[in-house]
Amino acid sequence: MEYYLVVSAIMMFAGIYGFIVRRNLLGILISIELILNSVDINFMVFNRYLYPDQLEGFFFTLFAIGVSAAETAIAIAICINVYRNLSSIHVKNLDEMKN
Amino acid sequence: MKEMEFTLYILILPLVSFLLLGLVGYKMKPVVSGLLGSVLLGATTLLSYATAFIYFTAPRVDGAFAKMMPYNMKWLDFGGTLQFNLGILLDPISVMMLVVISTVSLMVHIYSMAYMHGEKGFQRYYAFLGLFTFSMLGLVLATNIFQMYLFWELVGVSSFLLIGFYYTKPEAVAASKKAFIVTRFADLGFLIGILLLSFYTGTFDFDKLCSCDPALFSGAIQASFLGYSVISVALALIFIGGAGKSAMFPLQIWLPDAMEGPTPVSALIHAATMVVAGVFLVARLFPVYEAFAPGVLHGIAYVGAFTSLFAAAIACVQTDIKRVLAFSTISQIGFMMVALGVSGMGSHEGTGYMAGMFHLFTHAMFKALLFLGAGAIIHAVHSNEMSNMGGLRKHLPITHLTFLIACLAISGIPPFSGFFSKDEILAAAFSFSPLMGIAMSGIAGLTAFYMFRLYYKIFWGTPSEHKHTPHEAPAFMTGPLLFLALITCVAGFIPFGEFVSSDGLIYEIHLDSTVAIASVLMACVAIGFATWMYKKGSNTMPDRLATTFSGLHTAASHRFYIDEVYLFITRRIIFDGISTPIAWFDRHIVDGFMNGLSWTANRVAYLIRGFQSGNVQQYAYVFLIGTFLIVVLALSQYINF
Repeated sequence: MEYYLVVSAIMMFAGIYGFIVRRNLLGILISIELILNSVDINFMVFNRYLYPDQLEGFFFTLFAIGVSAAETAIAIAICINVYRNLSSIHVKNLDEMKN
Repeated sequence: MKEMEFTLYILILPLVSFLLLGLVGYKMKPVVSGLLGSVLLGATTLLSYATAFIYFTAPRVDGAFAKMMPYNMKWLDFGGTLQFNLGILLDPISVMMLVVISTVSLMVHIYSMAYMHGEKGFQRYYAFLGLFTFSMLGLVLATNIFQMYLFWELVGVSSFLLIGFYYTKPEAVAASKKAFIVTRFADLGFLIGILLLSFYTGTFDFDKLCSCDPALFSGAIQASFLGYSVISVALALIFIGGAGKSAMFPLQIWLPDAMEGPTPVSALIHAATMVVAGVFLVARLFPVYEAFAPGVLHGIAYVGAFTSLFAAAIACVQTDIKRVLAFSTISQIGFMMVALGVSGMGSHEGTGYMAGMFHLFTHAMFKALLFLGAGAIIHAVHSNEMSNMGGLRKHLPITHLTFLIACLAISGIPPFSGFFSKDEILAAAFSFSPLMGIAMSGIAGLTAFYMFRLYYKIFWGTPSEHKHTPHEAPAFMTGPLLFLALITCVAGFIPFGEFVSSDGLIYEIHLDSTVAIASVLMACVAIGFATWMYKKGSNTMPDRLATTFSGLHTAASHRFYIDEVYLFITRRIIFDGISTPIAWFDRHIVDGFMNGLSWTANRVAYLIRGFQSGNVQQYAYVFLIGTFLIVVLALSQYINF
């Protein structure tokens, strides 16, 4: 069990690190996917080891994957629009709403 | 009750005159507006005379004239016991005042047609005269003390407007402000007095107050303030209001300056009507004063006596004829106050009350006459200074005659009206205390002296150079003079005690022969002295006297430095000592505190605005650190370092 958790923790922190230090919108998006997937792994692992005869964790993971797919689609649409307008997807250029 | 309903028109007509001339007067020709104002006022006068006739011929109830209240409507109702009424109260003194005010006002209206002829703002002048007459009539007809206060203030405003009629003249503007502020200041006392009195008695009505019902006043008598009963304090404060309007010491400073207004205005407001409002107020509340605060009443007598002496002394050295008359007015009002102050209730003790009212009546007539005469003189020589006059008796025969009659009346020479009223005052003063009687007789002598100094300096003495020969005033001016002179000649024979007395019963006036002879002798000596000193105009005695008593003379001609004292108090003590530090405190401490608050908020905002960068990655970073901290804190419970 611990190995699964170590893997998910690495994914989680890699995602957080990427979310904070990435300056590229796509990089940030990938980082978010990493965080979500590490959470999904956690759901499955805990379900598998703590309540082996139940399936809520797996179903929750399926829902989360569905939601994250939708979210990714929207996020990529935003990215494309940002790129069309600004010719760049660097977050430091996204300060139109400020000032 | 209903038969006196027409008295409402006495109030409405002057108001109509004011509104009409004030709103559309500028479209009229000056003559039309003057005529309109005079006609309306004439109607008011006729109504007042009719009121007086009907009132005083009505049968008496229990030997006294019944109080009538044709109108007493609810004006403001605040629920509970607090409500203000407006109405008309007819009783002997208010009817007497009606006659005085409307007569003098009508005379002034007619006189002004000639005197103010060609002045800029003629219509405005008549509008203000209408306003003044309206408010003064409302004041005397007030049924309750609150209504009286309302009209009291209106009178103050119209006085302010008329003193400042020549608003391009800095002195007139300053004088009007001074008059308004000084009387306003006194009115503060009046207001507090009203509030105290009505708070403890629960009523504003003169009718209830003057019944002196002990149950009504028990609260005010028992409650004490600074060792005096509240009723005394309240009545003293009310008198302060009266003292302000009536120019009693030390609030007399505004009246001499008020002479900057047009002369007919001085005659109407600052000689005959408004300045006696204080006397009227004391007379109106006289039963209350007499029953519950005799000490205050004595105080009023002493204030009146001192003012009278003080003003008479100043009048002896003034050189501006209108100012001499102003100080003589102050002095005569002092006489009236003394009369009320020494009076008691009842037939014989009430002499002073009757005498005060009688003197008010006669004084209004002859003082208006003096002022209008002075107006005619100023009209002829275009100057207020006595040194520009002299030897005018040949040029102004009618003015000379009427002025002489008024001077004789004010000096107390029979058979003119002033003799009768002043004699009653002196008799009342003597029965109060011999000292007061002697003092008042002395002041009466002084009055005769300065009036005849004025008379001789104007009409006799060396004629001074004039650009053109002075000519007699037109008929519009001499008519009122002659009418008032006629009244002055016969008013003394009115059996005044039958109409007005302290308890309403008939009071038989009988001249106290000792007092009468003594006072007439005194007046004659004073007149003789004035004749010797001023008739020729070449007598050096006045100058020698002035140099002998140079200190006194200078002090008197500077009005005993009262104005300077006021200036010192206001400028040095109030402005420099109190206002300036307070202003500093306001600018630096109060404003500084507020500025400091905003400055602090500003700085703090600068400091924390970095937190709101809009950068989501930064937020996530902070969030992460926070999460770590929480985790560390949560774990620290299980781990002992």
